[in-house]
Amino acid sequence: MNFVFYGIAVLTVAGALAAVLLKNTVHCALALTVAFAGLALLFLELDAQFAGFAQILVYIGAVAILVVFAILLTRGSETPKDGVYSKYPLVGLAIAAGVFAVLGWAVLGSQRVLPNETAVPAVTVLQIGNALMGRYVLPLEIVALLLTAALIGAVIVAMHEKEGSK
Amino acid sequence: MTPLAGYLLVAALIFAIGLAGALTRRNAILVLIGIELMLNAANLNLIAFWRYGPHPEVLTGMMFAIFSIAVAAAEAAVGLGLVIQIHRKAHTTDLDAMNRMKG
Repeated sequence: MNFVFYGIAVLTVAGALAAVLLKNTVHCALALTVAFAGLALLFLELDAQFAGFAQILVYIGAVAILVVFAILLTRGSETPKDGVYSKYPLVGLAIAAGVFAVLGWAVLGSQRVLPNETAVPAVTVLQIGNALMGRYVLPLEIVALLLTAALIGAVIVAMHEKEGSK
Repeated sequence: MTPLAGYLLVAALIFAIGLAGALTRRNAILVLIGIELMLNAANLNLIAFWRYGPHPEVLTGMMFAIFSIAVAAAEAAVGLGLVIQIHRKAHTTDLDAMNRMKG
């Protein structure tokens, strides 16, 4: 627990809050990028360099750009007349607050049994590559197939239909 | 408070914020943003347990988080493609206005 952790945590939570609270959808996407960057910094703070840089590449580099493109293609940046929240926002807020209360109660009430508080795990990219190609090669192949299928599916779903086919 | 508890609390907070966003916003893209935040909170939990758990050299939690990032990327691509297609058919991304399954 040091000041670096608290600073990054405040930045991340502020970005997440702004991403769901702001009225303009483009501003939401930018705040989402801040939250993703904060999470990547938290990964780096946890000595998970590979996951941190993968987070930056995949989320900031790809997902945030996709979100911005989708907002621009759907003209979602115009604030609707009847507000940005659904009909019953208090129900959703109550459910989220309940979930946070249960999670926080479970975290704060748990015993500390994990032994590895101080030792820093020395994990190199070589070890990660060996694990991906060795023990985890089947999940890797399945994820590759899933990504291919999902991207082809996304292109087909979003593809322009010809005018006569309707 | 132990370091692990700090990370878990931050993850719980981000998860709750994402859940609140997914449940209360009208715009379908904002709901997807909330879902992405929830997935990221789960990833933070996985990495924190990997870092502070026994045997980090086996890389179990790290691998879980990396695969989870890949699956979340696929989910985002398909979800945003669906939103674009729905906007093309119904000319809205307001989820309260989407009350018919037949286009």
